[in-house]
Amino acid sequence: MESVTADRAAVATRRFDLAHGTVRDLNHFLHRELPGSGVTRVDVENPGGRHAIAVGIDHPVDVEVLGHGGYYLAGMNKHANITVHGNVGWGVAENMMSGTVRVKGFASEAAGATGHGGTLIIEGDASLRCGISMKGIDIVVGGSIGNYSAFMAQAGRLVVCGDAGDALGDSLYEAVIYVRGRIKSLGADAREEPMTAADLAAVAELLGRAGFPYAPSEFKRVASARSLYHWNADADQEY
Amino acid sequence: MSASHPDRPLSREESAGYDRKVLDYIRGAAAHGLYEIRGLGAKRHLPSFDDLVFLAGSASRYPLEGYREKCTTKTVLGTRYAKKPIVLDTPITFAGMSFGSLSARVKEALGRAATELGTSTTTGDGGMTQEERRSSKTLVYQCLPSRYGFNPDDLRSADAIEVVIGQGAKPGGGGMLLGQKVNPRVAKMRTLPEGIDQRSACRHPDWTGPDDLAIKIEELREITDWEKPVYVKVGATRTYNDVKLAVHSGADVVVVDGMQGGTAATQTVFIEHVGIPTLAALRQAVEALEEMDMRGKVQLIVSGGIRTGADVAKALAMGADAVSIGQGALMAMGCNGSSWFGGGAHHDATADYAAIGTAPGFCHHCHTGKCPVGITTQDAELELRLDPMMAARHLKNYFKTMTMELTTVARACGKSNVHHLEREDLVALTIEAAAMAKLPLAGTNWVPGVGNL
Repeated sequence: MESVTADRAAVATRRFDLAHGTVRDLNHFLHRELPGSGVTRVDVENPGGRHAIAVGIDHPVDVEVLGHGGYYLAGMNKHANITVHGNVGWGVAENMMSGTVRVKGFASEAAGATGHGGTLIIEGDASLRCGISMKGIDIVVGGSIGNYSAFMAQAGRLVVCGDAGDALGDSLYEAVIYVRGRIKSLGADAREEPMTAADLAAVAELLGRAGFPYAPSEFKRVASARSLYHWNADADQEY
Repeated sequence: MSASHPDRPLSREESAGYDRKVLDYIRGAAAHGLYEIRGLGAKRHLPSFDDLVFLAGSASRYPLEGYREKCTTKTVLGTRYAKKPIVLDTPITFAGMSFGSLSARVKEALGRAATELGTSTTTGDGGMTQEERRSSKTLVYQCLPSRYGFNPDDLRSADAIEVVIGQGAKPGGGGMLLGQKVNPRVAKMRTLPEGIDQRSACRHPDWTGPDDLAIKIEELREITDWEKPVYVKVGATRTYNDVKLAVHSGADVVVVDGMQGGTAATQTVFIEHVGIPTLAALRQAVEALEEMDMRGKVQLIVSGGIRTGADVAKALAMGADAVSIGQGALMAMGCNGSSWFGGGAHHDATADYAAIGTAPGFCHHCHTGKCPVGITTQDAELELRLDPMMAARHLKNYFKTMTMELTTVARACGKSNVHHLEREDLVALTIEAAAMAKLPLAGTNWVPGVGNL
C-alpha cells in the first residue's frame, strides 16, 4: 500500500481510520461537516474493503482512500476528487455526476455504471459490465475490460487501453467506445467505425487526463449502428 | 341452392377456445406479424377482492357508530431503519407513474391532491420533475433499472426511496416508451435522442441478487445519511420468496404489485399472462413477513387493481399496511371518459378515441401518446386538455370517498383504527379466492389447501 505523507497544513487534512471508526461517520462528515470546515483533503485509512466509502459527496475535496474499497466506492459523487490506492468492488463511482475518481488498482463489475459526468480512471483492469448504462461519464481504463461492457450505454466516452471482452457495447445508444487492444466480440447494434480527427483529439485529451502514454492512433472507435432505435418487428427479435 | 334452409338453421355454435377475442388475436397476429403493446392492466377476470366480504359486527362482535366515532387512518411507513419515517393521513397512496408516460400537468395534479390528502406520490421511470417535487409534500423517488434521470440531488430531496425490481403488469419485462412520447424534455431527462423507441432495462445495472441489493440499499442509506425509508417494489410472481429476500436486503417497506397493476406500454402477453393476482400475492407477502417476525416492523404496501374503499379495507384486513393506486387515479382524472373539460365547457372526445381505434370505456391506448383526455400524453396540445387544478380536485374526492368507505367498514367491524382490521373479519365467496387468500369459504370453516380437505 502506498503511504501518503502530508506536508500540507494539518488543519486542511482530516484523517479517518476505518479500523476504529465507521463508514457512516466518514460519510456523515463528508456530507454535513465538510462544507465550510476548511478541510480540503480527507485521508481514509484502513478501508478494509468496506462498502459505500465516500458516497454522495456534494462538495470539492480530495479524498485519498489508502487501501482497498468494497462496493459502490465514490457512488453518486459530485465535485470531489477521489483516489483509491488499491482495488475496488462493484459499482465504483456509480451514477457519478462530476469530479474525478482514480483507482490505482483493479475494479470489479459495473465500474462507472449509469454515470452522468466526471471522469473515472482505472489504472488496472475492470471486470464485467464496465460503463453499463453510462449517461455522460468519461471512463478511461488502463488495462482490459470484461464482457458486456457499455451495455445500453447512453452517452459519454469509454477508453480502453487493453482488450475488451464479449458483447462490447450491446444495445449502445450515443456513448462512444475507444479500444486499443483486441475486441473479443461486439454486442447487438455496436459496430466499429473509422476514427475521425475529432475522435483522435478526444482520445488524446482523455489519455492526457488519465496520464496514460499511448498514441490515439492505436485506438479503434465503436459506436451504435442505431438500428435498434426503433422497434422493428421484421428483425424477428433475433439480434 | 339457397344460402339457408328453413329446416336447417345456421350453425352458430361459438367455441370457448376460439372465441371472438382469440379470433381477433389470431387475425391481428396474422395481419401484422408483431405482438400487441398496450397500456393499463389485465382485463380478464381474475380472483380479486370482489370475491371477499366482511363479516362485521353482530351479537358476537361490537361495532362502532357509523361515521361519528373516531376511526384512525394514520399510516406510518419506514420504521425499521429510517430516521425519518413517512407519516401519512391515509393508507391510500398514489402509485409510481413516470413523467413520460404521464404529462407534467398530470404529475402536478397528483402532487397537489396528495399534499391536500396527506398522502404520498411516487416518481417513475424518467426521474423527478420539479412540478411534482414542488406540488407533492411527500414524494417517493424510484430507483429503477434504467436509472433515467436518477441523480443525487433529487435523491436527497426525496422523502423516501423505492428500489423497483419489478412491476405487476410486467414482472421481468422491463419497459418501453414508444418514440411518439419521447419529446425533447423527456429525451433530455433520460439522456436519449428524441423520438427513439426507448427501452427501460429489465434488470439493475449495478447489482444482481439479494446480497448485492443489500449493499446497494446500504449505499443509498449512506448517501442520504440513513434518514429516508427505503422501499423495495416487486411485481407479484414468487411473492413469498421475493418478500423474504426484500426483507433480507434491508427494506423498510416492501411494495407488492399484483398482475392487475397498470402500465403505460407493455406487451399484452405480459399483462394478461405473467404474474399472479394481487389477492394471492398479498397473502403470500403477509405470510412471509409473519414467518420472519417482521409484521409491523417492515411495512407492506400492496397495489394492482385496488379501485374502491372496499378493496382498501380488504387489503388492510389481509395484512397490508397501505395500498397504492395508479389506474383508478387516472380514471378519476378522466381516463376513459367521453369528454374533457376546458374553457368552462365539456368537449366531446369520442372522435379522438375513434381516431386511435377505440372508444370511451375500452381505451388502453396509453402507449400511443394520443390520450384523448390529455393524461397519458406528451403532446403539447393534448396535455392542455387536463386542468391540473380540476384533476387534483377529482383525485381528492376519489381518495376521500375511499377513505370514508374504509373507515365506515372498519367501524362496522368494531375497529377504531383501520389498521386493526384483521383476517378474521373476512370470508371468501369463491373457492378460488378462499384458496388464494387462505380465508374460509363463506358459511363454512373450509379453507382450501389447509387441513384435510
